[in-house]
Amino acid sequence: MNRLVCSVCCGAACMLLLAGCSGWQSALDPKGPAAGELAWLIWFFTALCTVVWLLVMAVLILPLARRPAPVGDPLVLDAAAERGKMRIVVAALAATALILVGLTLLSYFANRTLAAIGSDAALTIRVTGHQWWWEVRYENDQPNRILTTANEIHIPAGEPVRLVVTSTDVIHSFWVPNLSGKLDLIPGHENVLDLKADKPGVYRGQCAEFCGAQHANMSTFIIAEPRPVFDAWLKDQLRPAAAPVSTEAQTGHDLFLKRPCVMCHKIGGTIAGGTVAPDLTHIASRRTLAAGTLAMSRGNLAAWIADPQGIKPGAHMPVVGLNGDELNAIVAYLEGLK
Amino acid sequence: MSSADLAHGRDLAPQRAAAQKGDLAPERDGPRDTGLDDASLERWLARTWQTVPGIIGALSSVDHKIVARRYLITAFVFLCLGGLSAVAMRIQLSGPERGLIGPDRYNQLFTMHGVTMMFLFAVPIVQATGIYLVPLMVGTRNIAFPRLNAFSFWIYLSGGLFAWVSFALDMAPDVGWFSYVPLSGPEFGPGKRSDVWAQMITYTEVSSLAVAVATIVTVLKQRAPGMSLDKIPLYVWAMLVTSFVIVFAMPAVMITSTFLILDRLVGTHIFNPAEGGDVLLFQHLFWFFGHPEVYIIFLPATGMVSSIIAAFARRPVFGYLGMVLSLISVGFLSFGLWVHHMFATGLPKLGASFFTASSMLIAIPNGLQIFCWLATLWDGRPIIRTPLLFVFGFFFTFVAGGLTGVMLASVPLDLQVHDTYFVTAHFHYVLIGGSVFPLLGATYFWFPKITGRMMSERLGRWHFWLAFIGFNAAFFPMHIVGLWGMPRRVYTYPVELGWGNINLFITAGAVVLFLSFVLFTINLVYSASRGAPAGDNPWNAGTLEWATSSPPPSYNFARIPVVTHSEPLWAERDTLPVATGLRVDVRELVISTVAEAYPDVREKSATPSIWPLFAALAVGATFLYSIFSPWAVVWGAGPIAITLIGWFWPKGDPEDEE
Repeated sequence: MNRLVCSVCCGAACMLLLAGCSGWQSALDPKGPAAGELAWLIWFFTALCTVVWLLVMAVLILPLARRPAPVGDPLVLDAAAERGKMRIVVAALAATALILVGLTLLSYFANRTLAAIGSDAALTIRVTGHQWWWEVRYENDQPNRILTTANEIHIPAGEPVRLVVTSTDVIHSFWVPNLSGKLDLIPGHENVLDLKADKPGVYRGQCAEFCGAQHANMSTFIIAEPRPVFDAWLKDQLRPAAAPVSTEAQTGHDLFLKRPCVMCHKIGGTIAGGTVAPDLTHIASRRTLAAGTLAMSRGNLAAWIADPQGIKPGAHMPVVGLNGDELNAIVAYLEGLK
Repeated sequence: MSSADLAHGRDLAPQRAAAQKGDLAPERDGPRDTGLDDASLERWLARTWQTVPGIIGALSSVDHKIVARRYLITAFVFLCLGGLSAVAMRIQLSGPERGLIGPDRYNQLFTMHGVTMMFLFAVPIVQATGIYLVPLMVGTRNIAFPRLNAFSFWIYLSGGLFAWVSFALDMAPDVGWFSYVPLSGPEFGPGKRSDVWAQMITYTEVSSLAVAVATIVTVLKQRAPGMSLDKIPLYVWAMLVTSFVIVFAMPAVMITSTFLILDRLVGTHIFNPAEGGDVLLFQHLFWFFGHPEVYIIFLPATGMVSSIIAAFARRPVFGYLGMVLSLISVGFLSFGLWVHHMFATGLPKLGASFFTASSMLIAIPNGLQIFCWLATLWDGRPIIRTPLLFVFGFFFTFVAGGLTGVMLASVPLDLQVHDTYFVTAHFHYVLIGGSVFPLLGATYFWFPKITGRMMSERLGRWHFWLAFIGFNAAFFPMHIVGLWGMPRRVYTYPVELGWGNINLFITAGAVVLFLSFVLFTINLVYSASRGAPAGDNPWNAGTLEWATSSPPPSYNFARIPVVTHSEPLWAERDTLPVATGLRVDVRELVISTVAEAYPDVREKSATPSIWPLFAALAVGATFLYSIFSPWAVVWGAGPIAITLIGWFWPKGDPEDEE
């Protein structure tokens, strides 16, 4: 009970501190030009709507303070008063129309500003939605410089980036609120989302269109880095997978290639070439597992492989029968894939 | 009531000698109400219009009040089920990473919540209110096509049972109330869950189309003599516009659900991009229905608000013509803004801007209605009773919801809040604030008419304040958590995002809102048996439903009133003129002209029949079987044809008299 009271108070306090609250994944805490434009728009609309709402409430409440009208014939109305009211109603209607025209123009120009953000984007990244993870492909004219990874999108800070988004199964929606509004990933369609992060940082995003059992656990991260760090990362990621360094890791490597893992996952430089599940070539360099469901760690890797259905019920990763030693070996191998 | 000649100087029929009781007069010389004294007239009418006692009689009833009561009670049960599913979801979301409900059950829960509230509660209950009130308000004895009306209830009931039995069997739809493809398609929606969604839509749409047609004809052709278009009560106008919106919007969703089930059952690939189909087509078709749907739910509520405000402000609603025109223009405009549900699908920018403009535009007629109500209330302190309290609650919440609607109309802004809890908050403000609060007010307002007893005012005030506080506590913070990045339809969320406390607060609000409905139920049950007797017109309101007794007799009015004013009971007080000349030994109605409501023809109204129930059973069984096999259409056609033949079997009556 105490906890409830406490939380109720916290909730109320949070509401009061709305302006001060800024989350890790929040439209009100913009970190890029698109989100900045949108946050401004949200605050402007909110302020205007609040004023209108207060006016309407005032007109509703004020007559209650007056003396009751004498109960007379309900059909006998003061003609002059009715005409006066008609003038006020017409004026209010005209004001409404003016405000709406203003807001329409405002959102039209905001839309143009947003469209201009990515006009000179140098980097094109193809994001493909899958149930329930994101395939991320860095496009390049040279086929050997195309990079495929999953769930985490590294971008250079301060530069516009073009995301070409689509889906191979159901509709998803790509949304990193601190940087930009959302855009749907639709099978059979390609949509373009331009975004830019002003400063280096990690920005969380989440699928925003209901996509099935694990819609709640389909998050993504945009990791904005200074250009040199980004370039180094890209170069690093283009290398094939690291060779196992210990005997246990070598055993894990062999097991991985013998077990069903290889049917779905790809590890660059090995015969594992599945493309229906995330590319694992540099899995250990990522921050999270299973599209943001678990933090990357040895324990979580083991837990995920041993019981994916317990952690993410309905996910397409099956339980692969492994004994303790086999599990440890595979985890040791994957852990080395930096 | 005093008997007087018709307003327009035309009697319905020449005076004939009143037939004596039990006289088996030839068809053209049946007894009429002209020369009968009140007591024998009521005896005649009660016998002619009664619903025969017994089970068969009850199942055969075509009395609009009995059918409406069944609708209202059934819709209330579905409201409770929808509410319980909401509470279950809120408990799961009360803290981060709760494990009370898994994703599979959670997804069924939010789908059933949406489907139930939209298709099994909101639309049926506003239509049911219309089935009850429209014939009374226009001064006629029964709704048009009474058997179709009875049929619609059975179809609705079977559709609702079908959906909830499937939930009990763990095969309820689990892809949201708008059930987007490809998630609901054959490849990604295994099992029968999406088929259940598609056919549940078909059941409920058939029933609401039937009611819409009956309502339109009742309003246009059965109005009391003298009730010209400019004297129709605003509530009836609202139901008329709503019914037209239903007639034009519902086919779109029936096509959507039929295409979906064809894709799933026959392999038509209409929505399959790999075979040349398109997934966005589904969204366009669905929202072409889906946006008018919001107004189908909202417009009747505006009619209720108008009725309540007029009664408690003790004057007619300001700006009758403006109110009517705004109802009609909302009806039209509601078809021009469906795309604002699809701004995130990557539409061309210019097209999207057009839909921003059209979405903003609909705020103008809605604003006009608000201004007219405010002008009506401006005159001075109205009488504050529970119905009016709910109307105040309606203003408070609906205006807020309308304003967040203006925010959502802006394409760029929408891209941040679309599919987040901000939208969840918005549409609950619009739907609960804009429709449920007026409905609750309407319940307190018309309960005395339906049951003959007043609802407890004391419990009513408790109910209002609990509902009002609970509602705002539950839904206002959703705006904020949505802006903080919480998407809708997630069964859980991680601790790190810091949404835990605010979600616990929301859950507490939802529990308070739920408790207010428990109180409401207690009030309903208690007042139905123990409430103070109401009398004919407890609120001294001006429209015709208050001219008859509470509850109204099976024939509604002993003599058909003649209308001279839009608030006839205020204009005529104790001397409401009546029209005479209707037969009393058969079910006869006055059919009047569309615009001026001149009495035109005497028309027979259908007698009770068991066939609508049989037809509904045959149709329902066909729909049920059709989720398993397309052969349902073939096997179902025979039984349906037989029941329809039974329904329409000629009675050998001579043509209706002019």
